[in-house]
Amino acid sequence: MIKIDENKCVGCGRCVDICPGNLFFLEKSCVKMRDVRDCWGCCACVKICPAKAICYQLAADLGGTGAKLFAEDSPQKLTWQILKTNGEKIILEVDKARANKF
Amino acid sequence: MMENYSTDVLIIGGGAAGLFAAIRLSEMKPDLKIIVVDKADIRRSGCLAAGVNALNAYIGAGHTPEDYVAYALKDAHGIADKNLLLTMAKKLNSVTAKIEQLGLVIFKDENNNYVTRGWRNVKINGENIKPILAAAVKNFPNVKIFNHVNVAEFLRDGDKILGAYGFSTRKKIFYNFAAKTTLIATGGASGIYLPNHAGGSRHQIWYSPFNTGAGYAMGIRAGAEMTTFEMRFIALRCKDTIAPTGTLAQGVKAEQINSFGEFYQKNYGNTTSERVYAVTAENLAGRAPCYLKTVGITFAQEKDLLNAYLNMAPAQTLRWIETEQLPKNFNVEICGTEPYIIGGHTAAGYWVNVNRQTTLKNLFAIGDVAGGCPQKYVTGAFAEAEIAAEKIIAQIDEIETPARKDFDVAEFEKFFANEEFFSVDDLENAMQSTMDEYAGGLTQNYRFNEQQLNLAAKNIQRLENLSEKLRAADMYDLLKIFELRERLTVAKVLIEHLRARRETRWAGFAQNLDYPNRDEKFNCFVNSVTSDGATKIIFRELEND
Repeated sequence: MIKIDENKCVGCGRCVDICPGNLFFLEKSCVKMRDVRDCWGCCACVKICPAKAICYQLAADLGGTGAKLFAEDSPQKLTWQILKTNGEKIILEVDKARANKF
Repeated sequence: MMENYSTDVLIIGGGAAGLFAAIRLSEMKPDLKIIVVDKADIRRSGCLAAGVNALNAYIGAGHTPEDYVAYALKDAHGIADKNLLLTMAKKLNSVTAKIEQLGLVIFKDENNNYVTRGWRNVKINGENIKPILAAAVKNFPNVKIFNHVNVAEFLRDGDKILGAYGFSTRKKIFYNFAAKTTLIATGGASGIYLPNHAGGSRHQIWYSPFNTGAGYAMGIRAGAEMTTFEMRFIALRCKDTIAPTGTLAQGVKAEQINSFGEFYQKNYGNTTSERVYAVTAENLAGRAPCYLKTVGITFAQEKDLLNAYLNMAPAQTLRWIETEQLPKNFNVEICGTEPYIIGGHTAAGYWVNVNRQTTLKNLFAIGDVAGGCPQKYVTGAFAEAEIAAEKIIAQIDEIETPARKDFDVAEFEKFFANEEFFSVDDLENAMQSTMDEYAGGLTQNYRFNEQQLNLAAKNIQRLENLSEKLRAADMYDLLKIFELRERLTVAKVLIEHLRARRETRWAGFAQNLDYPNRDEKFNCFVNSVTSDGATKIIFRELEND
């Protein structure tokens, strides 16, 4: 499920445009989600957010423990960042020029 | 407010199939006027929003398109169209080369040859497949894109399609698109059955929850012939995240294993539906949970798996890491999903000829919405896009631009005038529960009988009647109402198809308890045409011998 950090949101509206479910809307220069239960988890909003104001979290019924998944997109690589509840930060870089081995 | 447009080709749905068609059409005829309409944004709309991890339809070295046809027919237990499969299979490799040219990264060996996974799969980095396609389409000045516009209905004169109409998902604007030719590419249908999870994770499903079967519903209401809806697709997935399993099964050769430590799959066969049936049967026999055995893979394999899942289903990578149950040390539990209607995996969809023309005049169907041609996956959808595009170009000059045909905005406005009533969620829940309980859903292990189908049909009709009274406060509400009504229309026809196939052909996908065995009498297509709300079944011969 998607979590929005209202303090970080810059109100650019990129997530409003990109979400395949039309789930975001802007209210007073801050983005809101209509119904978080409708999110597919595709992370299009996580990747496009320029302020890292949106993260994906695994719900409790999916085995989630509260960790947060952020992403930073650039032409060369997609950098994923997992922030665990114990403060541990794990970085996973996916080189866009390299295909999956599987 | 009303906006009117006129175009040569109207493409409904800017997913992989629709965008590839726009590209092919523009290459062949750069002055062709094309409109692409999508209810979201073509950069991330459709079922490939998160990306895709492999191209699953490709003809590897030493194999032929005929081999692919034989494989797909066997996997469908005979219910597929050989000619549709062959025309698709012949294009699989050229469309693969083309998507690579557009920017998709494909895994290659030192001799610059694709590295295949088995003989039919190509390994890629497909996280950005939609942005790549969207960027390619935007290069063609003849293509006009309407994002965030939901098409609701075809414009037609009898069985001749004259375009389509719909509404903005944001502002009160209605759209009328007159077109010489219309191409429907709206994808399949999810959300008809109760999903794996309830509540907050209800949309943690395999297929896009925003693919509502809109194209099927529009076609059904317009009287198009549909085929094989009863061949529902159940995906075998990683438990909880509902992430794909093919990457584990084919990538690191992980085999199915039950809680007794037995490799059981050999007892059930190896078609797609048999692999799903294996898990259901093992669970019912008390040998749950079932897993894919990943324990023992190397550290390097594990690292590649983490990256591969980030490129299509990031939740799975997050789960592995945050639960600290990494695949090298813990097997991955698997489960079946709720049933979907999806022509890219099974043979469900519009009844089309080899040119992908539907039974309605000037209407083509491609990708997940088109039937008769299973195992098409992404490249098969591209192939169908090219096939349709080539036929469209061949005949477009003979078609006159249709005169503007107005529609009645009261069809939409009435929902704003309705009083507070049940919510869309209420009725969606009722639909999903009914389909689950009475029409072979997940909790019933995909089993049903005729008496149950009769009850399902009654309930769906009741819900359809109730849906007339739903209230919309804004355009997003209107979208949700139309999505629900699309699903109800698909569910109604699906029930009739399930009733008509009085046998059990694909036990993993559906078991008719009144007719639990395969019956050779049903070596045929179950098709249907709906008119005035009544669905008539037509049995059509297979022409595969």
